[in-house]
This record gives sequence, structure tokens and C-alpha cells, in this order.
Amino acid sequence: MNSSVRRVAILGGMRIPFARQDGPYAKASNQDMLTTTLDALVSRYGLEGEALGEVVGGAVLKHSRDFNLVRESVLGTKLSPATSAMDVQQACGTGLEAAIVVANKIALGQIDSGIACGVDTTSDAPIGVNEDLRALLLDANRAKTNQQRVALLTRLRPHMLLPEIPRNVEPRTGLSMGDHTAITAREWGITRQAQDELAVDSHHHLAAAYERGFQDDLVTPYLGLERDQNLRPDSSLEKLARLKPAFGGPEGTMTAGNSTPLSDGASAVLMASEEWAAAHGLEPLAFFVDAQTAAVDHVHAREGLLLAPAYAVPKLIDRHGLALGDFDQYEIHEAFAAQVLATLRAWEDPVFCKERLGRDAPLGAIERAKLNPNGGSLGAGHPFGATGGRLIGALAKSLHEKGAGTRGLISVCAAGGEGVTAILEGA
Amino acid sequence: MADRYTELINTPIGKTIAKQIGLPAPVVLERFDPNRPVIDGPVLFGGAPGATLGGPVAATLAHIGAETYTPLQEELRSAAAAAGLDAKIFNAETAGAEQTFKALVFDASGITDSTQLVELHRFFSPTIRRIRSCGRVIVLGLTPELVSHPRQRVAQRALEGFVRSVAKEVKKGASANLVYLTPGVDARLESTLRFLLSPRSAYVSGQVIRIGSSANAEEPDWSAPLAGKVALVTGAARGIGKAMAEVLARDGAHVVVLDVPQAAEALATVAADLGGSDLAVDITSEDAPKLIADHLLEHHGGVDVFVHNAGITRDKTLARMDEERWQLVLAINTSAIEAINAELVERQAFRANGRIVCVSSIAGIAGNFGQTNYGTSKAAVIGIVNAYAEEAAGLGITINAVAPGFIETQMTAAIPITIREAGRRMNSMSQGGLPVDVAETVAWLASPGSDGVNNNIVRVCGQSLLGA
Ligand SMILES: NC(=O)c1ccc[n+]([C@@H]2O[C@H](COP(=O)([O-])OP(=O)(O)OC[C@H]3O[C@@H](n4cnc5c(N)ncnc54)[C@H](O)[C@@H]3O)[C@@H](O)[C@H]2O)c1
Repeated sequence: MNSSVRRVAILGGMRIPFARQDGPYAKASNQDMLTTTLDALVSRYGLEGEALGEVVGGAVLKHSRDFNLVRESVLGTKLSPATSAMDVQQACGTGLEAAIVVANKIALGQIDSGIACGVDTTSDAPIGVNEDLRALLLDANRAKTNQQRVALLTRLRPHMLLPEIPRNVEPRTGLSMGDHTAITAREWGITRQAQDELAVDSHHHLAAAYERGFQDDLVTPYLGLERDQNLRPDSSLEKLARLKPAFGGPEGTMTAGNSTPLSDGASAVLMASEEWAAAHGLEPLAFFVDAQTAAVDHVHAREGLLLAPAYAVPKLIDRHGLALGDFDQYEIHEAFAAQVLATLRAWEDPVFCKERLGRDAPLGAIERAKLNPNGGSLGAGHPFGATGGRLIGALAKSLHEKGAGTRGLISVCAAGGEGVTAILEGA
Repeated sequence: MADRYTELINTPIGKTIAKQIGLPAPVVLERFDPNRPVIDGPVLFGGAPGATLGGPVAATLAHIGAETYTPLQEELRSAAAAAGLDAKIFNAETAGAEQTFKALVFDASGITDSTQLVELHRFFSPTIRRIRSCGRVIVLGLTPELVSHPRQRVAQRALEGFVRSVAKEVKKGASANLVYLTPGVDARLESTLRFLLSPRSAYVSGQVIRIGSSANAEEPDWSAPLAGKVALVTGAARGIGKAMAEVLARDGAHVVVLDVPQAAEALATVAADLGGSDLAVDITSEDAPKLIADHLLEHHGGVDVFVHNAGITRDKTLARMDEERWQLVLAINTSAIEAINAELVERQAFRANGRIVCVSSIAGIAGNFGQTNYGTSKAAVIGIVNAYAEEAAGLGITINAVAPGFIETQMTAAIPITIREAGRRMNSMSQGGLPVDVAETVAWLASPGSDGVNNNIVRVCGQSLLGA
């Protein structure tokens, strides 16, 4: 047994531009997008024929035939077929959880290198057959004679032909994520103006990142897309102000402009021990320091569905003796502008910090210039499983630019009232 | 309990008719119910920048378990957190119209000049229509006479006009009251805030309550604030006095009920019902003060709460009033109080943290046709409170008065119908109060937690138009 814990280096990230639902990737499968993304990472870092320790990743919306999605994708890449792979799934936290698995294995010396990845398509989505039809078909499958099969067919009813399309709804509350967040927005008094401002920032920052070439080695073109389809460099408060509320009723503050659209895309991150990186002539961009998950009771305690990171981050930074203000960059996944703003407000609120977090003083405010400075999900879009990889790749590169020892915080909220957070340190 | 007009107007048909012909539509006021929380609905707690009373307000709201909201203001949120008050956030800009409140509490202590009075508008304008039926508006400020800076004093004095006007706008049985605190003193606010938030203050509106420093730190058991206390109520065989005895007993006191010997039978029944004791004596008799003091000292080792409730009217216009009518009213309503107080103080009958509560009347404030004697006697009661407050404080006790407006009793039932109807409706609640409303106010003043409340005259009049 290896008793020492090794530093985990992040060597680079790669993704395809994110597309809107039923856009250019409408006919691309999860496996198509993931294979392309992995191969782009392989080419960029010269990993052809390499047997990596493990590739870990997943998708949120997944066909049952894709039970081994990551392994099947790896087999389609230029990596050695001797590279093992594993599927994980934790809603929007999937990509970051994949990285935590890879990081932990590297840290413990179980593997020396690995890729964390994620993908999602909302266009090529799995459609389930009606539950009653499914029961009927399974019965038919079990039938022994043709007579029995015909008899079963008489049980067929028109309603059974309606398919079950996956819906973005919390199973235990019946509310969509947007509906949940509209409640949170109201509870925290988040204004339309504040949400639209955050959305405009997201677009402008992402556009600027593309302009200055920051994305050049992070994004590989796919099916005619070179930049994220959702990106509106000319986004403005005036334009956003024209949109009608999408959640929270006619007086709601949430619109299609300050909520992420359903999107398609994939991302991957190369991680390794420092020795492996040196042996392969690769320079670490950052180190994966630590991670923390948390969950809230959005069902019974009626807590904000997407506020779990507000609980995870204090645990994480306490473990390292850090204050919330001690970071050089914050990457907070923008599922909805309101959810980001509510999280920030929670950390500043003496009552939340005392009553929910048991702290005598609030965590405080963060410098807004350090929040998602290269754009966020509102600008880029949010293919559920791919967002974690996008965040890690971009933050690692950004911290490397800022210099060794700089710190970055990642925070991702997820369905089911969960949150995944992590600390990165510039190399 | 409610008068017949109020009952009628609250039937579906009555409501429709009242609306169509523009009659006043009094709501049946909520009254104290031991099975209900102190305040039955959410409280919005706001404040002007620089507010200093957040701590005690938040502490009370936390103690009573009120579902509290605050605007997003650092000092309010910090005060809530420090008090362990799990306050939600209210933002008028994003809150839906369905978000209503049972009480709006506003700390105006941070207002230092008249230009900042706009904070009242900023807080209340978007929220005043969110007040529920029988809701509460409570504004907290600093006692103007004790504020040294002139502009701050002006601004604080202005609060009175605001609250009195709001009290007239809220309707639906809601009330608005102002609490002034002594600047720089750690005020004991809880007893008063509980009273004003709860249905106990049902008929108290448009009032200004001044709270000074506290000599005692006696923390009441809020479910029985008068437990272990001895209270004497004069004129308790019937009417308002009887209601006072009942409420004081409910709040845990042993009550000694006093009335004239002619009422001895009724008095004994009241005492028996309450598990108290009775004392039949005419308070104007020469030996009354001694008899009372003897009784209290012998049987109870003293008294904690003394309520001077006995009072009479003998109405006649001045020109037709004989001297006897004048003298009788003055003797019972005024001079007897002075004599009894003097004896009790002299004999050191008041125990620590004791209370004297007198009963004045709006007739003593506004005057009343045909009541020159009564008006004089009830204004004199206010004089007694003012004259002895300082001495009382020195003795570690308080002296205050309630001034009832139109209360539904045998006294008011005897008034001719037209005048009676006018009296009933000429207030912000469009109805008369009940004896229990006066009694609840007395019980609040009597509470061991109300030691900062001294030298106050609190009207229980539904914000009567008379003498406002
Ligand atoms: N009812 C109102 O609307 C109203 C309004 C303002 C003030 N008040 C005041 O409230 C108090 C109670 O009024 P109420 O309506 O219950 O009147 P009430 O006449 O029903 O009761 C007064 C009680 O005082 C007793 N009493 C009278 N003279 C006494 C004496 N010399 N010694 C001992 N007891 C004596 C009477 O026997 C009676 O039981 C009075 O002081 C009255 O002036 C009443």
C-alpha cells in the first residue's frame, strides 16, 4: 500500500464548442462527441497509443445502450485499447466528480495518469417507452407461444404509444430546476437587473476570452462550430430586458437570457502525477488540491435546490485554513444567474452563515472581477456532463497564467439538491 | 362579544350592503387565545440606516418564534444572526403580492434629521398594503425630549404624526403604535413588543409608549408573567374591573378584588371564580386606605400590582350640576387614589418591582359634554401619574394609567342610542372596545417585564377621534 499522497497535476483541458439543443450537433450522439473530444486532447498532448491509468467520465442523459459510454468512446480514440474506463454520473456535478475520482486515484498512487471527461446531448436524447407498454412488451418477451403473444396484444391501448421524454424535473417535487430557482431568487430577493448583469458579463467575458486567444488550445472545432453557439458577444442589458419571464410566473425575474439553455457538448481534462508529467515532457498548469460535496434537503426543509455549494465551500476552505476571499479566481457554474447570486448572497448573509452554517461571521463577499473572468455557463451553454471539464480546463490554464501558488475555487450545483466544489492551485 | 352592528356587518349579506352604501365595516378584532402564538403570521422587520434597536427587537422576535423577514440590510441581518433569529429576506422589488405580513416593525432610531424621514416612506409605502387583517405596525424611535441634537429631536418627534396617520390608513382591524426609547439605554423592550404584536393590544392604536431604563432584571415566565404576584383591583365586582381581575388571574396573579359593600355578593362570586380573595370596602370611606393596606400586609405580605379602577360618572351640564355630584365623582375617581397610594407607600406595602395602574379616560384628555366633573377627575388621574412617577421610580415601582375610549359595558349601554352609536364608530376600528382590551393593557403594564414603562398614559380607544 502506498501511504503517501501525491500532488495531482492538471496538464490540460479540451472541449468542443457547446451547441444549443437541436443545433449543429442535433444528430451527434454522446459517443460521437466524447470520442472527438478525447481524440483532440490526445493529439494536443501527444498521447497516441498511450495506455493511461484510467478514463473516467459520464453523461446525464444517457441511452441504456450506452452503459459503457466512456469505455466505448476510448476504444474509438487513438489511445491504447489497454486504457481502462469507467462511467460515473452525478447530474451537473458529473464532470467534476469524474475529476475527483481520477485525482484521488493519482493521489493514492493507484494510477499515474488519467482523463476526466463528460458529455451530454439534449438533442439526441433517450426516449423511453410508456411504462405500461414496457410491461406489456416484457410480458410478450416472456410468452412461450404465438397464441399467448397475440392474446397480450389485445391489451395494447393507444395511450401506451406516447413516449416518455426525459424532463428536467425534480422527481420528488415535480418542479423544474427553473421553478426551484425562481423560488430561491424570490427568497433571496434577487432582482432581474442583477441577473441580467451577470448574464451580460458571462457573454462579454467569454467573447473576450475567445478574442485574446485564450480558448485556442482549450476548444477544438466540431461540425462547423468554432465557438459556442450560445455566445452573444453583443449581449446587452437592453436586449436582455426585452425578454419575458420564463420561470416564476408573470412577475418572475428569470428569463431565457439569464438561465442556461439546454445544450450539447463534451469536455475532457488530462491529469497525472508530477513524475508522469515530467516523464512525458508535459508541464503542469495547476494542481488539483481538494474537493468537497454537499447536499441540501430541498424536499422537506424546502432549501434552495441549487444552494448546496453554499454548504460545501465553507467545509472545503475550512479544511485548508482559507477564507472565502483568499482565492485569485472563482469559477461558479452559472446554471441560472439567480442561483449564482443567491449563493454569493448566502455567503455574505450573517443569518444564513449563523443559522445554516453555524458560523459566527459571514464568509463575506468575493471580488466580482475574479468571478468567471473567462465567461461562464450563461454564455457558453451547459451540456450537463461537460461543464465540470470546461471549468477545470479553463481555470487550470488561467491559474497557470497568473502564476504558481495562485488559488482557484470551483463550485457546481446539481440536481437533487447537490453541490460539488474543488480547489485548484496554479503551477 | 362583538356588538350587533359588527356581527351583522360581518355576515355575507351585511358585507355586501355595507360596501354598497358605504357603511363603516368593522372587522371582529382578534383577541388573546392561549393556544395561538404571540403573533399568528409573518413579521417584517425593517430599519432606517444606523438603526440601533435591532438587537432587542430581533431577540424578542426570536423568543416568540415569529416567522421574520428583513430587508437586505447589513445591520438588520447581523442583529438577527446575533439574536439567533432565522430571518428570511424580503425585497419589495421581487416579492410577489401574495407576500403579506401580520406585522411591520420599523426601527427608526437611526433617523437623525428630517431629510432622513424619507426612510419611513421607503419602508412602508411598498409594504403597508401587505398588512393582514388585525395586523400591527410598530415604529421604534428615541424619546425626543431626551435627544440632545435638535435636528435629531425634530426627526424623532415627527414619528408621532406618521404613526398616527398610518393608524388611520391601515383599516381591517390593524393598529399602529410608536415606542420611544431612552437614547443610550439598554431598553427592556420584550414585554412591550410582545403586547403590541399580540392580539392583547387589539384596541390600542395610534399610541405613543415611552420606555426608560430598567431598575430590575426580572425575566417573566411569559406564559404566566404574573405568577407569584399579588394584584388588587378596585371596582372589580363588574365591568372593566372584573375583566382586569380575570386577565390578571389568567396571567398567574393572586387577585384581591375590591368593591363597595353593596356589591359584596357579586364581588364574592368574582373572587371565588378566580381563586382570589375579596375585600368589600368603599374606597372613599375614611378608613379605606388603612383597611386596604392592613389586608394586603396581613394576608399577602404586601402587594405587587395595584389597579385603581373604581370610578363613576354623574353627568350634568355644569350650570345644572350640584356640588354633591361634583364632589362624589372627584372623591371616588381622584382623591381616593391619592389617599390609598399615600398609605401604601407610607406602609411600604409595595414589593420590589411593584406597579400602580390607574384608570383615566379619553374624557380626561378630550373633555366631554356634561362631564365637567368626570373630565376633571380623569385629567387629575393623569396628573397623579405624572406627579408621582419620579417618586415611584425611586421606590423601584412604576405608575401608569390606561385611558379607555368607548368600551362596551353597562356604563356605556346606558348612553342614548344615537350618541352611543357615534361613540362606538368614531374611531379607527369603527367599533367599541371590550373590557378585556383594557384589562390586557393593564396586564401588560403590570408585567414584571414592563419595568421600563413608567409615567405613561396609554389610551385603549381604537384611536378615537376624540382628543387625538
Ligand atoms: N366603560 C367605558 O367606556 C369607560 C371609558 C373610560 C373610562 N372608564 C373607566 O373605567 C373604570 C371602570 O368602568 P366600568 O365601565 O367598568 O364601570 P362600572 O360602573 O361597570 O364599574 C365600576 C365599578 O366600580 C365600583 N365602585 C364605584 N364606586 C366605588 C367606591 N367608592 N368604592 C369601591 N368601588 C366602587 C362599582 O361598584 C363598580 O363595580 C372607571 O374608572 C371608568 O371611569 C370606562
